[in-house]
Amino acid sequence: MALSNVLETPLPGFNFDNAARNAALEGLYDGGQTPKPMKTGTTIAGVVFKDGVVLGADTRATSGEVVADKMCSKIHYIAPNIYCCGAGTAADTEKTTELLSSNLTIFSQTSGRNPRLVMAVNILQDMLYRYHGQIGASLILGGVDCTGNHLYTVGPYGSVNKMPYLAMGSGDLAALGILEDRYQQDMELDTAKELVRVAIHAGIMNDLASGNNIDICVITREGVDYIRPYQESEYKDSRYRPGTTPVLTKKVVPLKLEVVQESVQQMETI
Amino acid sequence: MNTRGLRSQLKDSVPVAGLCPQGAYGVQDSLRSGFTSVKNELLPSHPLELSEKNFMLNQDKMNFSSLRNIQGLHAPLKLQMEYRAARQIQRLPFLQSSNLALDTLRGNDESIGFEDILNDPTQSEMMGEPHMMVEYKLGLM
Repeated sequence: MALSNVLETPLPGFNFDNAARNAALEGLYDGGQTPKPMKTGTTIAGVVFKDGVVLGADTRATSGEVVADKMCSKIHYIAPNIYCCGAGTAADTEKTTELLSSNLTIFSQTSGRNPRLVMAVNILQDMLYRYHGQIGASLILGGVDCTGNHLYTVGPYGSVNKMPYLAMGSGDLAALGILEDRYQQDMELDTAKELVRVAIHAGIMNDLASGNNIDICVITREGVDYIRPYQESEYKDSRYRPGTTPVLTKKVVPLKLEVVQESVQQMETI
Repeated sequence: MNTRGLRSQLKDSVPVAGLCPQGAYGVQDSLRSGFTSVKNELLPSHPLELSEKNFMLNQDKMNFSSLRNIQGLHAPLKLQMEYRAARQIQRLPFLQSSNLALDTLRGNDESIGFEDILNDPTQSEMMGEPHMMVEYKLGLM
């Protein structure tokens, strides 16, 4: 805003003042060189098994054609029994899942109940539909609550789908191929983990925007096991292992510190 | 309701080309808002701008009308009376009011949304001149 004085306090929330300026700037850039937001062009997948839910994700975040983050964390914490994988614009998935987590925490503190997955899905759906797809977040929510083990997906425009196995992101077709072929009802934990690993691996191999390591998150009634990384990529770039440079001499000088002043301050506990 | 204060409430509408220029007596106020330009008002604003501006109003309308259908006219009537009373608890225009009663009525005290994080009015970078803002609110400007 160019004014130095305002006649009314600005409303909280999103500020659309720069929309016209951005539209004009995009015209100047002609050729599509506008700065690209960091996207998690991604493969995420989830599977419901006998005792709970397994979520898996790759760890690459791209910004245009450049890998922006090789060890990006795409499985976000929502509640002690609910985790969420996010694909799409990285900032949008982060902030949306953080907002969702805060809202669920407030709810569980005021009502004294553990949040259910349907509540998380409804909050997300309302929020994403309100912004008509401008928030680019495709999410897979998985969790265990008092009604059972559930797996939902929420699209950027607010669409919701409940399935026993799901994949999202740019590598979802490859992952879904594996899931469609090998999914069975009531699998054991090891079978489910292996299935998700193979599905994400297929996404990594066949999609340019997915890659690096695989993270797995197992949610059961007993608790959560977040394995990061579950499988490291074969093409790591640390050519120089620790110990490559030989140590010739080592000198240790201890720092002598003496106590100059000591003061005790009582904390008032009511 | 003081009719001279109406103009400050009219400002909430998104400008439409040709109608309601933003000045006193319906004439363009060149000193404050610059020269008239149809292009300025026809340029694409953000697709969400209108829907966000009216979001709270539309939600309330929807909730009140379904409440009226379920429980009868008395329910939204009583609630709207409480809303009006809560809305009147305000500080002077240049000071930020907490709107605690209104938030509690709406249920906003138990949820966090983008309006709590982004563009917080308590941390606004610009300060309004107190005299100008009070005059604008009262319609004396």
